[in-house]
Amino acid sequence: MTAVATTAPPRPAAAARRKLRPAPLEYGRRTWLRAVMVVSFIFLYAPIVTLIAFSFNNSKRNVTWEGFTLDYYVKALNNTALHDTLINSMIVAFWSTLASTIIGSLLGVALQRFRFPLKGPYEGLIHLPIVIPEVCMAAAMLVFFAKFVGIPFGLFTITASHIAFSFPFVAVVVRSRMAGFDESLEEASRDLGANPWQTFFNVTLPYMMPGVVAGALLAFTLSLDDFLITFFVSGPSSTTFPVKIYSMVRQSVTPEVNAASTMLILVTLTVTAIGMWFQSRSGKKSVGHG
Amino acid sequence: MDKRKSIISIQHVSKRFGGSVTAVDDAHLEIEEGEFFALLGPSGCGKTTLLRMLAGFELPSEGQIMIDGQPMEGVEPDKRPVNMVFQSYAVFPHMSVERNVGYGLRVTGVGADETKRRVAEALALVKMEKFADRMPNQLSGGQRQRVALARALVKRPKVLLLDEPLSALDAKLREAMQLELVRLQQSVGITFVIVTHDQDEALSMANRIAVMEAGKVRQIAPPAELYEFPNSRFVADFIGKMNLFEGRVSGASGNQIVVDAKGLGRIAVPFSGSAQGDVGIAVRPEKIRLDRSEPGNDRIRLRGRVTEVAYYGDESAVFLEDSGGISVNVNVPNEARSTTPAFAIGDELWLSWNPADTLVLTA
Repeated sequence: MTAVATTAPPRPAAAARRKLRPAPLEYGRRTWLRAVMVVSFIFLYAPIVTLIAFSFNNSKRNVTWEGFTLDYYVKALNNTALHDTLINSMIVAFWSTLASTIIGSLLGVALQRFRFPLKGPYEGLIHLPIVIPEVCMAAAMLVFFAKFVGIPFGLFTITASHIAFSFPFVAVVVRSRMAGFDESLEEASRDLGANPWQTFFNVTLPYMMPGVVAGALLAFTLSLDDFLITFFVSGPSSTTFPVKIYSMVRQSVTPEVNAASTMLILVTLTVTAIGMWFQSRSGKKSVGHG
Repeated sequence: MDKRKSIISIQHVSKRFGGSVTAVDDAHLEIEEGEFFALLGPSGCGKTTLLRMLAGFELPSEGQIMIDGQPMEGVEPDKRPVNMVFQSYAVFPHMSVERNVGYGLRVTGVGADETKRRVAEALALVKMEKFADRMPNQLSGGQRQRVALARALVKRPKVLLLDEPLSALDAKLREAMQLELVRLQQSVGITFVIVTHDQDEALSMANRIAVMEAGKVRQIAPPAELYEFPNSRFVADFIGKMNLFEGRVSGASGNQIVVDAKGLGRIAVPFSGSAQGDVGIAVRPEKIRLDRSEPGNDRIRLRGRVTEVAYYGDESAVFLEDSGGISVNVNVPNEARSTTPAFAIGDELWLSWNPADTLVLTA
């Protein structure tokens, strides 16, 4: 650019063309780029918007729009079977999130910090549940609980399975957070008179926290909406929300299903929003309590 | 120097990593109370490892460290009467300046009122009172370093350890901080032990310097003694610039020895010790005088041709070569204001210096 300017004055046409070329951040002026963004957005959200819209549909068959109603929300909220499954889902999600967050965080820190023999293969195996086809995990869990341990299927087996596939995700998130950790911060803390526990709670944990929260959120949503593995290891009285929705759909697709799903989306969004708020707060303000 | 109380005693300390790597090899030295002591050496010489052993982050493989008369074996870092300023400053990113500085008092159960008072004092000491409520990411590198200093000093340690504290600062700021660290050390009276690879830093700040090489302490001396009387080729070469001539002792008379040196012929130089065999004859670039006419024969002389002149403003470095190919570096102060150099490439000149300025290096 500067070479052109110094050798000869640019011709008006060339100058005009150059003026038209948008700067890298002026994405709004590239039509195709805008199109890609719009299409991606529609692709992502059209089904969800449709689901929510048709939850207000006053039609039993729920194929065409018949008019607005909140009846199906009332129906869904009064559906005790749905209640029970939602409570089941919440119980499973709570314990699974708690356990996998603790195990995953500790593992993430350990993997980031320590070197030990066979660390490479160990790490690979830890990450394997993330890439193993879910149906294989499900079958493995089924066989393990039924033939190997002999535990009756129920909330316990569901929770255990959820912990098993969630904690590697937490470990990965926490580990990547800890990759940027300056270990001299811990040394500084010890140097200033803090014991190892004080150091962990005042220095290490606050730094880890965004990773831990993100990992916990991931574990929570993974558990809440898991269908396949849950379906394999659940017992007669331990149906979770997604499994229940599936059985309702098999009978008939009424707006009640849509209403129930919409409420689940709402719960997930709320939890995520709380998590993000907490994360942004911990990034800005002190969370260490001396 | 009057003999003061020893605050740190490093007794035949060695540190080996993984059995084969010897980071510190039989270090043996005393650091006196109120001293500004520097551990100087190239990277990988073991100076940081030695400092970390004082702080308790590394344990000696052999030997013993005493701080204020107490053996430090088995004493955890949080129980040692020393505090450290880290190379990366290690300011806690999630705490305000005030909370950072007060951290060491809070975790050891010092009361809220006393903490507040001492934090204010420490911040005033490093001129950071106005920044008490700032978060570390709102501070410059120099300010963060002041926070790290205040955070360590607020603990009133017996010894303050500084690990390459100025290496992350730009040149101007580094110079200002050098002076300020010296002022600070004098006002608080605490022993400072600084690790640095920068000889200017060590020379300008420290009372005494230990030069380390490959895990070994080569020489411990005040700055001027280290510069003028280095005890080995390594120290002579590491501190400042040095011209070295290889020679062989051919005789001794009184407090002089006679050396046959390559490029200098047979010379007699003052030397009080005993030396025989191969020795190094060394002279600093600023001790050599350049003349167009032959200097008196009471000086050590040789002739050389100018091969290079480097202009630094305050002085010029003139590089010469004699007929045998030995190159000599001479520093010439630019005393008079002039834009024409006093010496040009190709000039045939006399180099000479006072025999008393000659060093005989036996190691």
